[in-house]
Amino acid sequence: MNPVSVIFKRELASYFSTPVAYVFIVIFLVLANAFAFQLGGLFERGQADLRPFFDFHPWLYLFLVPAVAMRLWAEERNTGSIELLLTLPVTQTQAVVGKFLAAWAFVGIALALTFPIWITVNYLGDPDNGVIVTSYIGSLLMAGGFLAIGSAVSAATRSQVIAFIITVVICFGLLLAGHPLVLGFAKMALPQWLVDGVAALSFITHFTSISKGVIDLRDLIFFGLLIGFFLYATSVVIDLKKAD
Amino acid sequence: MIEIKNLTKRYGDLLAVDSVSFTVGAGEVLGFLGPNGAGKSTTMKMIAGFLTPSNGSISVCGFDVEAQSLEAKRCIGYLPEGAPAYGEMTPAGFLRFIADIRGIAPGAREQRIRDVVMRLGLERVFEQPIETLSKGFKRRVGLAQAILHDPKVLVLDEPTDGLDPNQKHEVRTLIQGLAKDKIVIVSTHILEEVHAVCTRAIIIANGRIVADATPDELEARSRYHHAVTLRGDDLEGLKLALAGVAGVGEVAIDSEDKVVTAFPRKGQSIFAAVTRLIQDRKLAVSEVLLERGRLDEVFRTITQTGARS
Repeated sequence: MNPVSVIFKRELASYFSTPVAYVFIVIFLVLANAFAFQLGGLFERGQADLRPFFDFHPWLYLFLVPAVAMRLWAEERNTGSIELLLTLPVTQTQAVVGKFLAAWAFVGIALALTFPIWITVNYLGDPDNGVIVTSYIGSLLMAGGFLAIGSAVSAATRSQVIAFIITVVICFGLLLAGHPLVLGFAKMALPQWLVDGVAALSFITHFTSISKGVIDLRDLIFFGLLIGFFLYATSVVIDLKKAD
Repeated sequence: MIEIKNLTKRYGDLLAVDSVSFTVGAGEVLGFLGPNGAGKSTTMKMIAGFLTPSNGSISVCGFDVEAQSLEAKRCIGYLPEGAPAYGEMTPAGFLRFIADIRGIAPGAREQRIRDVVMRLGLERVFEQPIETLSKGFKRRVGLAQAILHDPKVLVLDEPTDGLDPNQKHEVRTLIQGLAKDKIVIVSTHILEEVHAVCTRAIIIANGRIVADATPDELEARSRYHHAVTLRGDDLEGLKLALAGVAGVGEVAIDSEDKVVTAFPRKGQSIFAAVTRLIQDRKLAVSEVLLERGRLDEVFRTITQTGARS
């Protein structure tokens, strides 16, 4: 069997062998629906779509995804099992990818469990299901981006708490990168091409464009590169920090 | 076969391992000794492929640990210090994971796991989460993981540390029971262990090899080698009598243990002469001991002076 899939299976099973997984899924589902109905006014809008539901995903992920990512490597380093894992006949890349994919699949499972809301809008009205599918894809890609960042941060520390906080801060920065407030500040200090660069890093811009129902290659490349870059960074950080 | 050449590891300014070279052949059980922080664990981590050497090379089973790391890792079984494992898993799940990742064929897997579990006496805890197990069982799970794929080379970092005497004995028996064509490297600072299991001992201090010999040879370096210790009531009287025996150099009284020890002059054997003395003079002696040599004393002398062998 491929080492990546062996590691993937072990990791995914380990999420479900502790109550953490169930707590996470319950909180995710409760918050996702509470935001959509209470803050987003899913019913009151009188439109058969899931915009209010997906609009809150970036903010939901901001706190929940780092909580999944924080244990990826910090825990391995803390218990010393990283020494066991990396002396097994697997490459470091296989280990990094296997663990990341398991975390991603876990968030994917939580996301998939929101399906009742999809059924609800289909029962109540006649939504554009194509848009909903691309929104789910966009949401999953965004979660992958958060997770990859969390993976790299988690590799840098033994403490899951520190990993969590730093990941939240970085992700918060990337979420807000497209916000007029941030861009206003950036304009005062930076040349225009850098401001455009900052704006292009915004998760929300890319997520919103996918969740409009158009899968643009540029948005896919953005999330693909982001995940690739931070997984590579994870591997580099593991190498640097091995001796500690 | 393990070949280590000029192995060096630097952490910033700190030189943890300083140009260490040695070769271990099949059938050898190498004891790796040294004070804490001497570089034992660092060396073992480099052999196992966890840390990258700053300089020098390691070849295991003919594979370079850096260039052909996967091949090298396949022929090594490694027990890291403290026997880390995934605490939420049971030994059953953990060993299946190791078997899968080591590429043990699914058909052979369960049989192989059963063998190892029997050998290490893990049947009773097979389905309990590892984090709930006692230290001894955790260590045995770590050992089971290391020998699961029947490796040619076994690297064990302090396998008996923190175990009770019975558990220590079990681990030693296990190491002795391994097939004779394997290479075993064991680090420890329990010196009695060296005699019990090792065919060769390397002592390292400050990142350098300061002794490389068989346990017997090491003992022969001890001041106590072939010394004779007597237990009795009249220690001063015994000391006086022993001083007159041919071949005896120094005589020392240990008033705490109520014994007196006669050290031979270099290369001399004094046991026969001392026993004759006891019989001739009818000395009141309750115990006579011919010392083999004290490894702990040799260890202290070598590692503190840092003298090279």
